[in-house]
Order: sequence, then C-alpha cells, then structure tokens
Amino acid sequence: MAVIAPPVPVRRTRRLPSWAPWAVLVGSLVLAALIQFLGEGPTISGVFFIGAIIFTIAITVTSRTVEGERLSKDRLATTLVTLAFLLALIPLVSLVWTVLSDGITRFGPSFLSTDMVGVFGNMVEGGAFHAIIGTLYVTGIASIISIPLGIFCAIYLVEYGKGRLAKAITVLVDVMTGIPSIVAGLFAFTLFLILFGPAYKAAIIGGIALAVLMTPVVVRSVEEMLRLVPNELREAAYALGVPKWLTIVKVVLRTAIAGITTGVMIAIARVIGETAPLLITVGIAQNVNWDAFDGRIATLPVYVYRQYAQGGPSADRAWAGALTLIIIVMLLNLVARLVSRYFSPEGAR
Amino acid sequence: MGMNVKLAPSRRLAGISAIGALALTLAACGGSTPEGDATTSGAEGTELSGSIAGSGASSQENAVNGWLAGFTEANPGVDASYDPTGSGTGREQFLNGTVLFAGSDAAMDSEELAAGVERCFGGEVIELPLYISPIAVIYNLPGVDAEHVNMTQQTIAGIFAGEITNWNDAAIAESNPDVELPDMPIIPVNRSDDSGTTENFTEYLSAVAPDVWTYEAAGTWPIEGTQSGAQTSGVLEVINGAEGTIGYADASRAGELGTVAVGVGEEFVPFSPEAAAQIIDVSPAAADATDLRLTIDLARDTTESGTYPIVLVSYSIACSVYETEEDAANVAAYLSYVASPEAQDRAAQPDVAGSAPISDDLRTRVQAALDQITVAG
Amino acid sequence: MAPAPPSERPVVRTGRVPGRLGNRVFSGISTGAGILILVILAAVAAFLLIRAIPAFQASREDFADIDFMLGRDLWGFVGPLVFGTVISSTIALLVAVPLSIGIALFISHYAPRKLAQGLGYLIDLLAAIPSVIFGLWGIQWLQPLVSPLFSWLSENLGFIPLFTDYQAPARNIMTAGLVLAIMILPIITATIREVFLQTPRLHEEASLALGATRWEMIRQAVLPFGRSGIISASMLGMGRALGETMAVLMVLSPGYLINFFLLQPGQHQSIAANIASHFPEASGLGVDVLIASGFILFLLTFGVNLVARWIINRRAEFSGAN
Repeated sequence: MAVIAPPVPVRRTRRLPSWAPWAVLVGSLVLAALIQFLGEGPTISGVFFIGAIIFTIAITVTSRTVEGERLSKDRLATTLVTLAFLLALIPLVSLVWTVLSDGITRFGPSFLSTDMVGVFGNMVEGGAFHAIIGTLYVTGIASIISIPLGIFCAIYLVEYGKGRLAKAITVLVDVMTGIPSIVAGLFAFTLFLILFGPAYKAAIIGGIALAVLMTPVVVRSVEEMLRLVPNELREAAYALGVPKWLTIVKVVLRTAIAGITTGVMIAIARVIGETAPLLITVGIAQNVNWDAFDGRIATLPVYVYRQYAQGGPSADRAWAGALTLIIIVMLLNLVARLVSRYFSPEGAR
Repeated sequence: MGMNVKLAPSRRLAGISAIGALALTLAACGGSTPEGDATTSGAEGTELSGSIAGSGASSQENAVNGWLAGFTEANPGVDASYDPTGSGTGREQFLNGTVLFAGSDAAMDSEELAAGVERCFGGEVIELPLYISPIAVIYNLPGVDAEHVNMTQQTIAGIFAGEITNWNDAAIAESNPDVELPDMPIIPVNRSDDSGTTENFTEYLSAVAPDVWTYEAAGTWPIEGTQSGAQTSGVLEVINGAEGTIGYADASRAGELGTVAVGVGEEFVPFSPEAAAQIIDVSPAAADATDLRLTIDLARDTTESGTYPIVLVSYSIACSVYETEEDAANVAAYLSYVASPEAQDRAAQPDVAGSAPISDDLRTRVQAALDQITVAG
Repeated sequence: MAPAPPSERPVVRTGRVPGRLGNRVFSGISTGAGILILVILAAVAAFLLIRAIPAFQASREDFADIDFMLGRDLWGFVGPLVFGTVISSTIALLVAVPLSIGIALFISHYAPRKLAQGLGYLIDLLAAIPSVIFGLWGIQWLQPLVSPLFSWLSENLGFIPLFTDYQAPARNIMTAGLVLAIMILPIITATIREVFLQTPRLHEEASLALGATRWEMIRQAVLPFGRSGIISASMLGMGRALGETMAVLMVLSPGYLINFFLLQPGQHQSIAANIASHFPEASGLGVDVLIASGFILFLLTFGVNLVARWIINRRAEFSGAN
C-alpha cells in the first residue's frame, strides 16, 4: 500500500475481448446446471449460487493468464462487488415484492380512510387511518425534538467544539447511535411512569422514545455533511466581515443543505418503522386519537404486528399496513429530494 | 413542507374531537378523585353515554372486539374500548383506576382482592368467567388422514415432556388402532412468551399426569431446547413449518391442522364448544368464590363423558361499587351484554373467537352479580 | 432561509464587532444542544437504573414467583441473554458488512450513474421497512430456503459442534443472525455509500491518471477515505442488530443456554426479544427484571461502541474540509 508500484500503462497489456466475460458467464451457468443434473436436478437458486462460484474462479484464472495479475485482480474485484450486490438484491427484492403483492389485496382508499372501530372476526372492512395518524404524530414529535437538537449539536461539534467537551460529545453521540430501540422504549416508559404515574398513556411517550433514537443519527449525518463544506468558503465569508453565526446559517448550512435533508430523511426512515419501543409505550388503539398528550394511539408498525398476530383476514391488513408505511417513507423521501434540489447551490453534486 | 400540508386538516378535526376527548378526560379523572366533577349528561333518560375502558388478557381480544362492536351498535352513545395489555397489567390498571373493567386469565389473589376494596369504593371485586375457550392440541402430519389422533393424558404429557419422541411410539399406536402412524420424530412446539394458554395447558398436564409432567403450572413453558413461537400465530407458523410437529393453541385458530382427541375416562373427546362448556358445569366453585366472584376450580382430571378438559377460562373483572352513576350503568350494561346469549354466540363463531358459550345456569348467576353493581355514596 | 447568496451584500459595519450578540446566542444554543445530548444519555441510564435497582437487590426467592425466569437468579437469567444477543449480532455483522461494502461500491463506483441513483433510492427505502416485516418475511421466505442448507450442514459436518442436531423448521440463532444481517444491510449500505460518494474526485482521478485499475483506485483512494465511515456504519448496524426485537422474536425459538449449537432450536435468545416477549404479561418485580436486562443491554452497546471508538480515532483522519 505504502509504495505504489511504478505504473505500467494499462493499454499496452493484452486485454480480453469485451465478449469474453459474458462467454465465461454463460459457460459457468451451463456447467452449474450440469453439475446440478448429476445431483437432484437444477433449481434456479442452485444454478445461480454454483454458477457464481464457477464464474468467479473462471474469470479470474482466464484474466490472469491473458491479462496478467493486476487486471485479473481488478476483474475479481468487479465480479465480487457485482455478486455482493446481486446476492443482497435477491432477499431485498423478494421482500419488496412480498410486501407489494400481499399488501395490494387490501390496500386502497377505504383502507386508508377507515379505522378499526367495530371490526372483528372475519370482517374484511377496517383500515389503518388511525395508525397512519398515529405514526405521523409519533414520528412528528420525534422530529420536532431531534431535528433542531441534532442540527445544533452538529453545528457545535463542527464550528465551535473544542477540547474535552466536544470530544466527549462526539464519542457519546456515536455511542448513542448504538442505543437499541427497545432500550429507548424502556427509557420513555420509565420516565413517564415515574413522572406521571402508570395511568398516563400518550403519543408523546412514543415520540420521546423515537427522539432518543433519532437525535444521534441526525447529529452524525449533519456533522459529516458540515465537515464536507470546504473551509475556503467559511474563510471567504469571514474575510467579507460576515459574523460567524451568519456564516454558519447562510454559507455552511446552505452548502450542506442537500446532505442534511438526506441525512434527516434517513433518520426519519430509521425510526418510522420502529415497532418494539412503541409496542411497550403507546400500545394500540382501535380508533383515531387526535390528542397527542392523552390516550393510547395506534401506530403503523404496531398495527402491522397486532394484525399479523390475529391471523385470518387481519393478515391482509398487516401487509397493507406495511405497504402504507413504505409509501409514506417514499413520499417523505421525494419531498426531501425536492427540498434539497430547490435549496442546493448551483454546481453541487 | 409535505408534512405540514398533511397535518393541516387534522388540526381542524382535532377541534371537533376535542369535546369527545374532554369527556374522556373527565371520566378518567372521575375514577381517582373523590369529589369527581363527573359529567351529568349520563343522567338524562335511559340512553347510555360516556366511555368505558377496559384492559387485560389478550386471549379475550378477538371476542372482546366482537362484543364491543355489538355493544356499541346497541349503545351508540358509549365510547367503549379494550386494550389487550396482558392479564397482569390489566389487573394492575384496574386496581389503580386506569380502567373500569379488566380481563384476566387468572383470578385475583387475596392481596389483589384486598386492594380491590379500596378501588371499588368500599365495595367488592366482581369476577365473572365470561370467556371460555377450548385449547386444541394440534399437529402437522399430512400423511395421516384420520380426523383426530387419539391420545391419553399420559401420552400427551409424555410427548410434551420429551419422553415420547416418535409418532410410531407404542403409546400412541395403542390408542389409535385404525390409524397408520409414520416413523417420524415428534417435534413438540410451545409458546415462547408468557400466556394464559400455556398456563392452562401446563396446569392440565400437571393435574392429569403429575408423574410424567413433573413441572408446576406456569405461564412460561418450563422446558428449554424446544421449538417455540411468540403468540398464537407464532406457534402456528412453527407447526406449519415442519412435519411431525405438535403443539397447543387457541382452538379457533387450528384451521387445517389435525387436532388431538383427548383421553377423558375411557373415551377420547375431540374439542368442541359444547364439550368445552361442559367442563365449567362439572367443575366445583373455587374455595373463596362468592356470589360476586364466580371463580372456578377447573376439574382438569374429570372423567365425565363428553367433556373436553383443556380449556382456558378468562374472567371479566369489575367493581360492585362505582363512583358515578354513568360508570356503574355502563359497566353493568356492557357485562350484561357480554353474558347475553347473543354476545356469547357471536364470540362462539369460529371466525370470531371460537369460544364456548356459557350455560344458562351460569348466566343467571352472572346476572345476579351484575345486578348488585351500585354507585358509591 | 433567504436565497440570496451572501457575497452580494457584504456585511460591513463600523464601530463595533459585527454580529456579536448573534454569535453569542448562536454559540450558546449550539453548546446547549451538545450538552443536552449528554444529559439525555445520562437520563436514559439513570431512569433505567432507578427501575432496575429492585431487581439487582432482590434475592433468588423473590424471583421464584416470576414464571419466565424459570427459577434462576438475575445473572443466571441475563448471562445467557447477553450471550445470545452478542452471538446473533456477530453473525449478522459478519454477513452484512462485507456485503454492504460490495453493494455500496457497486452503487458508487461500478453501476451506471442513472441506475445508481435508482438503486440508492431503493436502499434508502429498505432502511424504512419495519422490522416486523422482516420477521414475517423471515418466516415465510428465508426459513424454507435455508432449511435444506442447514440440514445438509448438519448431516455432513455434524461432527463440528457448531452444526450438530439441526431440527426443522429453521428457527435457530443462525437464521436469526441471517435475518438481522438482511435487516441491517440497507442502513449500513446507505451510510457507506454516502461516504464513498464523497471521496474527493481529485484523489480518484490522480490514482487513475497514474495508470491504476479501477480496483487499485478503490484501494488507494476510496477505501482509506471511507474507512471511518465503514466503521461508524457498522456500529450503526450493530446497534440495530444488538437491539433488534421483533424480527428475532418472530424467527427464533428461544432458550436460555450458553453454547455454540448454532443450528439447534431453543438454545439462545436476545435481550431485546426477551423483553418484548415477556413485557406484556409482566408485572411488579418482573418488569424490574426486564428493565434491568434492558439496562445491561444498554451497557453492552455502550461498551461495544466505546471500544470501537478507541480502536479508530475517527476525528484524526476524517476531515473533508481542507
């Protein structure tokens, strides 16, 4: 690593023709199918896995004999990276497909606009309106608390922080990103139990739990984005006599706004699907609760779990609820992208 | 931006529902403050209004959802809800005044009953066995086409204790002369979370086969290294997931799976609502039962013909004295409805909860207890 | 925020230092926010501890009434849970981190730009899929898929204790680890990809200009730059894996033992899933015990993260500015 070998211009070495990897790929898959035939007969997954292994070996060996060591390493890396991607794509795509295909049976305007009051047994009516409202409430409360807190904390760390305090905060924010969601739930549960007694149930408890989870994620992503703002920009602003705080607001934050928005969206995405802390703090309700400070409230993840646990036609509602949740996240994401595009200074990537 | 736009209509609606929320707050406060500035709206006419909140056993959840729907249909003015928080939490919330009634898979112990006197404004706790649910022993043996596999009490205990490990074991074959049982390892499956179902099932095992099943009755399965699942749906996933599995679950959820006919005396009884209801009638009242607390000591080891002994009895818990007229009227009306043949039959439908309807005799006693609900003062 | 670029109207004032009050207020708010984070973290520990103390002080006899402890004392109960938590997260990280790096590289440096954007979007979305769904999917899709593989392992490599006595369905710690791995893939990938994309283009171009192949460029420019990002992403993923509740609850047959029989059911359980499984029916001291186990989980993640911080002093090398 330390010393880079004197570069040999790549173009001078012999290279494989561009069709060669594809030929090797087809050959590997055929060979994999043949091997499977000797066993119990080919399956799609079997051909894929064995074919992938054969291809990796074959392309590396071919490339090494024709193109030499450096290029063969490059091909091996390309193959492994692509394979990792494909391998991860399979479960993820199957997951999305399952949610889509199972969710679509019950998903629709009536699902989005009704709650679960009076729904029992095999009734196929009922929906997730109350849970959507609940999720927006709980996530909204968490966002109201953690987005400003997180951004200011990041500003402190990047622009002001020096010495032990800043170091301690950096380390502890990192540690905080690792707080398990159920611990945050237990914290909110005990906090309100001690302050307000056992009878108090409200959306705010879940919001606090999620805020604990969300804040460090906001801090970390905003911090990283602020650090990417070149110091030249700050110095230029100071040189023009702009006070530090205005520099931060108008130069640093604006330059980083796209990254910050994405970071905040990732943070929201991280908490919006949390089930466990909400399960033990806000529980579930059958009807819409418009009051964030009083009474149980339904949230989409908990709704999905409870509906799944009930079985029967409720399972369809569970999948439709999951689909709704993904759509909400998608919309938030879209908004974030628009916002960041609108605010981004020209020329940023 | 997008969030604001979305929330805007909700704020408008919040105003409309504020009145309802206010009523709810008042009712909730009324439970704990002595002077209780409770709403007067309940006093007008016979129309019920206000709210009634309950919490407790999740085993009752499906039935209660059906009951709440029926009750609200008849009394549209009442905002009734039930929160399936679990039996222990339900009793706790009942005693500290969070809810007006509770559902519990276990009767209250003497300590809780003592605490109940204070909660009930000097009155007594009422405990009514209004939800009787058969627990089916279910198995996944696609190759066996018999309607039920017969098992004696000893065999069931042996299988779940891990002593009988193959489906072709002589103990099973003996009870099933006409069924060809496969040579396949038995995989016992249990609930992994705490549940009334497990508590009742282990209670049954320790009552009928104490020398095979040496563990005490408990809400958590006492044996480790077993296949298990959380909630009824989890157990069903495991059983459906592999052949040769056997487990226990709420009978209404058995679906396509085979169910065991349980040895009672000399015969084998498959589960049915009637057979399950019968166990209540052949069981003696608990030692500390009163006219208000209709608790039962289930005769798990009964030899009565046609009785299905593996049942879960879940109690509805209420107070004999409530603070306000409204609370008293609502609770009495709700529980009377639950005890009514209409509500019991609704819960008995296999797609609702598949429970066993209570007998007329029990209904009379329940009604007598409910008639004693009064207002403090 | 006003859209006018700051350079248009230079703020020049005479007489006193510009923006003094603003500076003070702003730095005060920022510092306050930083300190508030510390306060929150301390509060999390404190409030859990308050409820956990009764459990730490209780004797074995007190625990006898709690069904789910099966007659153990607190450490006999929590010890195996800590073990189960660590082992499932370790499996998850071992599987997920290399895969994530691969996916992130593919998106940032291999895929065509148009495709990469769509893929990045997809990964962001996946991070939001609730864990319940991963649990459902694990039961329906993953368990049947890995079951033949596990039984093959058990039959052919069963002499290794890791693989002995597999029992279908696949509800063992290995399956739980795999589901966790898939769950944390999106969140790790999204973070790593973001860092990879920030690799200074000059470094990349310099490397390529020296005649490096794409892989050499990645090794020389991208990976060193992204190392701290990879580690913090892994920490984020690990935090999620350590504390993941619903998926483990749904795909694992739990047990309270300490061993390495990865394919046997009913051997291990994670702290978080255990809390979720027993919390609804717990009351009194039972709740305290569960909160105590949550406190220990908190300490565990705290410790793991702290150690990871020590290993890489991320601030030294992670400075995009300059």
